[in-house]
Amino acid sequence: MIDAPTAHSVERVHDVCRRFGPDRENLIPALQEVQETEGFLSPDAVDVIADYFGLSANNVYGVATFYAQFRYHPPGRHCLKICQGTACHVQGSGVLLDAAERTLGIRSGETTEDGEFGLEELACLGSCALAPAVVLDGVVHARQTPKKLNALLEKARS
Amino acid sequence: MNLFTIREKARAAWAAFALPGQPRVLVGAATCGRAAGALEVKEALKKALGEHGLAESVPVFEVGCNGLCYAEPLVEVTGRDGRRVLYRNVDARIATRLVETHLVKGEPFMKRALCVVEGNPMEGLPKWAELPMIRPQERIVTRNLGFIDPDELLHYVNRGGYTGLERSLALGPEGTIEEVTRSGLRGRGGAGFPTGLKWGFARKTEAAPKYVICNADEGDPGAFMDRSVLEGDPHAMLEGLLIAGYAIGASVGYIYIRSEYPLAVTRLAQAIEDLRAYGLVGEDILGSGFSFEIKIKKGAGAFVCGEETALMASIEGHRGMPRAKPPFPAVSGLFAKPTNINNVETLAAVSAILEKGADWYAGFGTEKSRGTKTFSLAGQIQRTGLIEVPMGIPLRTIIDDIGGGVEKGKACKAVQTGGPSGGCIPGKLLDLPVDYEHLAEAGSIMGSGGMVVMDEDTCMVKVARYFLSFTESESCGKCTPCRMGTQHLLRLLDTILAGEAPPGTLEQLRGICETMKCSSLCGLGQTAPNPVLTTLRYFEDEYSHYLAGEVRRYRIEAEACEGCRACAIACPTGAITGDRKQPHIIDQDACILCGVCLQSCRFNAVSFVFEEKAAR
Repeated sequence: MIDAPTAHSVERVHDVCRRFGPDRENLIPALQEVQETEGFLSPDAVDVIADYFGLSANNVYGVATFYAQFRYHPPGRHCLKICQGTACHVQGSGVLLDAAERTLGIRSGETTEDGEFGLEELACLGSCALAPAVVLDGVVHARQTPKKLNALLEKARS
Repeated sequence: MNLFTIREKARAAWAAFALPGQPRVLVGAATCGRAAGALEVKEALKKALGEHGLAESVPVFEVGCNGLCYAEPLVEVTGRDGRRVLYRNVDARIATRLVETHLVKGEPFMKRALCVVEGNPMEGLPKWAELPMIRPQERIVTRNLGFIDPDELLHYVNRGGYTGLERSLALGPEGTIEEVTRSGLRGRGGAGFPTGLKWGFARKTEAAPKYVICNADEGDPGAFMDRSVLEGDPHAMLEGLLIAGYAIGASVGYIYIRSEYPLAVTRLAQAIEDLRAYGLVGEDILGSGFSFEIKIKKGAGAFVCGEETALMASIEGHRGMPRAKPPFPAVSGLFAKPTNINNVETLAAVSAILEKGADWYAGFGTEKSRGTKTFSLAGQIQRTGLIEVPMGIPLRTIIDDIGGGVEKGKACKAVQTGGPSGGCIPGKLLDLPVDYEHLAEAGSIMGSGGMVVMDEDTCMVKVARYFLSFTESESCGKCTPCRMGTQHLLRLLDTILAGEAPPGTLEQLRGICETMKCSSLCGLGQTAPNPVLTTLRYFEDEYSHYLAGEVRRYRIEAEACEGCRACAIACPTGAITGDRKQPHIIDQDACILCGVCLQSCRFNAVSFVFEEKAAR
C-alpha cells in the first residue's frame, strides 16, 4: 500500500510541481507525474497542485476527473488492467473481466480489502492482434484465458 | 552537422548492423511482441549464444513489428551465408534450438522457419515477398518496420531517411505543399481531408508562432497502426512532422500521444534526442534558416481528444472538450495560433512522398484515394497483424488472402472498420473496394484503420451495444445530442437484448441516430450512431428476433459434440455437464452467457442461437 498522505508526501508533490513551470499547459503533465510518484491524487496533493498553478482545487478536479487516467484512492499493490478494446471484446475480454472480478472478489475500479490487487478496465491497449490482452503491473500478457489469468494472479500474490 | 556527414556515419553504422557475412539475430520487440514473450526470447538467445561462445560475434538487436503479429514472437536469424530466415512463434526453448541449428550448425531450423527474408532461396521456404500475407501489400508507411533498430537514427538515414526533408528544404515551403497536394494524400486519421490543402490554409494565415501537431492519440479500440509505426520507426513520422512544420512556417511541433503507449513514448523521446544531437531539430536546421522544436504531450485517457479542437484544449491544460468550428485550427488553433494537425500515418507518408516524389506515390491506389492505407487486422481471423495495402483493394483480398480467412473455417459475418465511428460491413459485401468513397457508401468509414473481423456466431446487436457503451462513456457531455443520444441508444439496445423492447423501438433508434448525426457538435457524436445504423441496415433480422421476444442462448449440438470436456472445464459457473465421449449439455439457468464454451470448442459444436425466451 502507498502511504497515506503525510507532510512528507506533500513535500514530494511540491518537488514534482517545481519541475514544471506554473503555466497552465503543464497542469496535466504535473498531475500525471504526481500520480506516478504518489500512486493517486490525494486531496492534499490536489491542494498543492492548485496552489502552484494559481487555480482553485475545483478547477484542478474539473480537469483531472475529465480524464480516465487519474485515481483519487490508493491503488492496490498489484494493478491488473483488462483491455476492453474491440478485438479483445470479440475474443472474450468480458469473460476475463468476470473471472478477475470473481477471483479477486471486487468489481472493476475497486481494490481488494487487503490492498493487494486493484482491478481496472482499459481502453484499447493496441495489442489487438494478440487479443485478449491484460496488463499486470505494467507488463502486457497476450492471448489470455480465465485459467491463465488466474495463474498470473496466483503468481503475483506469492 | 550536414546531411553528407550524417550519411557517412549512417553507412558505417549500417555496415556494423548488416555487414555481409556477419551473423546476427533480430527480435521483434514492439509491445505486441513483448506481450507474447519477446524479451524472454531475447534473454534465452543471449544465454544460448554465450554457451556456444558466440556472445561477441553474433549481436542481438531489438526491432519493431514487421506486421506478422499472429506469429509473434518473431525472430530473424542471419547465418554466415548471409541468408536471413524469419522464425515464427519462438519461445525460450525454440530460441536455444535456433542458436544450435542455425548459428552453430549453419542449417535453418525448418520446423519454425516462416520465410527467407533475403539471400539465397531455400527449398521448402517461401521468400518474404511471396508470403500470402505479404504479397498483396505495398509497404510505404511501414517501409522500415522490423528491418531497422528503431532507436538508431542512422539506420533510418541509411534507408533513405531525411532525404525527404532535404528535398523539402530545397523546394521551399510552397513547393513542398505543391508536392504533397500533387501526391493526392488525404488525412489518414479517418476523415480523409486533402493534406496539401490543409497545409495551404495554415501557411496562408499570417501570425506567429504557428504550430504543427502530430495526433498520435490512437483512440479507436481495435487500432494499433500508429503504435506500431512509432515503436518500430519513429523517424518516419518525425521527418514528416519537420516537413509539415517547415511547409506551414511553424516553429514548434507537438506530439499528442496516448499514455497507454509507454514504449512508443520512450522511443519518441530517444528519437528526438538523437535529432537534436545531429542538428535536425533546433536552430537553423541543415543551414536552411528553419528552426523547429518538438515536444511530447501524453494524453490522459479521453477518446474525444482524438478530435482536433478537443486535443488542443487538452494540450493547453483544460478539459478535452471540442468547440464549434469555424474558426478552423488553420486560422485559430493551439493557443489561438494557426495550427496544423495530422495523424501519425499521414506524416509517415509525407516523409516517403518527399523522398520519392508525388508522382510515385500517386501511382498507388485509385483516382480519388491515392496511395496506401495501413490497417490493423484483428478479431476472429487466422492471421492477425499490421498490414499496408494500396487503396481500392477488395476487402476480400484483405480477409481471405492476407488474413487467411476466418478462424476455425467459419464464415465471415461482418468486418468492422473505423472503430466506434465506423460500421459493420456484412460478409456479403466482401468484394467492396477499400477506399474512402466505397466505405462511406456502405455506411462505414475508412477511419484510422482498425479492422476487426467477426465470425458467424457474433451477435450484431451486442456489437452495436459494445460500441455504444464505449461512446456513451467517452462522450464529453458538452452537447446535448451526443450526451443524451448515446445514453438513449444504449438503453434502447439493452431493452432489445433483454427481449423487452416494445414495438416501434427500431424507428425510435433510427430517429435518435439521425438527430445525433446532424446536430452533434463534433465527430464523436456525429459518427457514434454508425455502428447502430449499419447493423440495422444489414442485420435488421437479428434485431427482429429480439423484438419478437426471442433471446440468444448457447446450445451444444449433440451430433457434433465429441465429449472432450473442454467446454465443461472452461465454463466458469459449472453449467456444462456430460460424461467423457458423451454429448454435453448446458444448464441454461446456470449459464451467464459468457461464451467461453463457444471459444473453447474445437468441433464447432457450440452455437449461439435465437430461441423463445420462455424455452429453457
